[in-house]
Amino acid sequence: MELTSTWYLVLAAILFAIGAVGLLVRRNPLVMFMCVELMLNAVNLTFVAFGAELNDLGGEISVFFVLVVAAAEVVVGLAIIVAIMRRRTGVNADDISVLRG
Amino acid sequence: MDLFVFLIAGAFSIVGALGLVLARNPVHSALMLVMALFSIAVLFLNQDAQFLAAVQVVVYAGAIVVLFLFVIMLLGVDQSDDLKIEPIAGQRPVAAVVGLGVLALSVIFVAVSVDGGATGAESVTAPKVDSITAVEQSATSLLTDDQEFGGEIVPNIDQLGRVLFTDYVFAFEITGLLLTIAVVGAVMLSRRPKGELAAMPVRTELDPLVIPGRRTKSAVAADATDDADPAAEETAGDS
Repeated sequence: MELTSTWYLVLAAILFAIGAVGLLVRRNPLVMFMCVELMLNAVNLTFVAFGAELNDLGGEISVFFVLVVAAAEVVVGLAIIVAIMRRRTGVNADDISVLRG
Repeated sequence: MDLFVFLIAGAFSIVGALGLVLARNPVHSALMLVMALFSIAVLFLNQDAQFLAAVQVVVYAGAIVVLFLFVIMLLGVDQSDDLKIEPIAGQRPVAAVVGLGVLALSVIFVAVSVDGGATGAESVTAPKVDSITAVEQSATSLLTDDQEFGGEIVPNIDQLGRVLFTDYVFAFEITGLLLTIAVVGAVMLSRRPKGELAAMPVRTELDPLVIPGRRTKSAVAADATDDADPAAEETAGDS
């Protein structure tokens, strides 16, 4: 059997679906964040696979930008979680349904 | 060989992803995430994206997951998130349907688009020449099955840097701006405001959620049953 980009794309689809299910099922905002990171990585995998398939560096450049955006998102998201947890104890996404200033 | 590496790393990434979702302890989730990210780095390496593999390990496993662990430790390990109880009725079946739907749609799109080559044309603006990390011929003697590009070996990171600082330089600058804004936002969010903090409204069984300036259903129901001067209550509620 020969390894084609289809293998990578199917694997990325599986990882993305697992991340999406985790995001929907878990209640802990930290774990939900990690699931978002997993989904971003699955998309990165497709970018690299298509870049390799089409012989194009644009795929790898896109991954680079996705990485930067993910880092910024994690910084702000974790800051929000810490700011919320300073006011109340316990981490549960259902309790944070009221986000007001 | 490539297929072998793919199968091993792919299996590890799926195990890591499942562990991330199923682990009860958030610390275990974070470690499983490291495993998945590391396997994805190996898959990048398998596709000749050496620079991205290194960045993946350094940035994700080295920085982002450590940040996650830091916050988990700061807030205390919370194990109240029990997968056995289901707070919202019917959430699990919906989640399963959504997940399977996403998976099925992705696989169908892959099957349609990759059949006989990926959609889209071969790149002309940023072609990727065959990349070999080592510059010296002696070091690349192990990689003789890789072709050289015009007799010149161009490392992956060289090509990436050249494209990044020519074609994508504007996006690169905006990226720097984005990171600056993120830093400022994080500082603003983590700044401790002066004075006593107001408690956040909490929804519990005994004490329904009460937000100042907004009337809840139970308050309206209580008004209806008490019938105690609803006009005054209305003005108080609206103020």
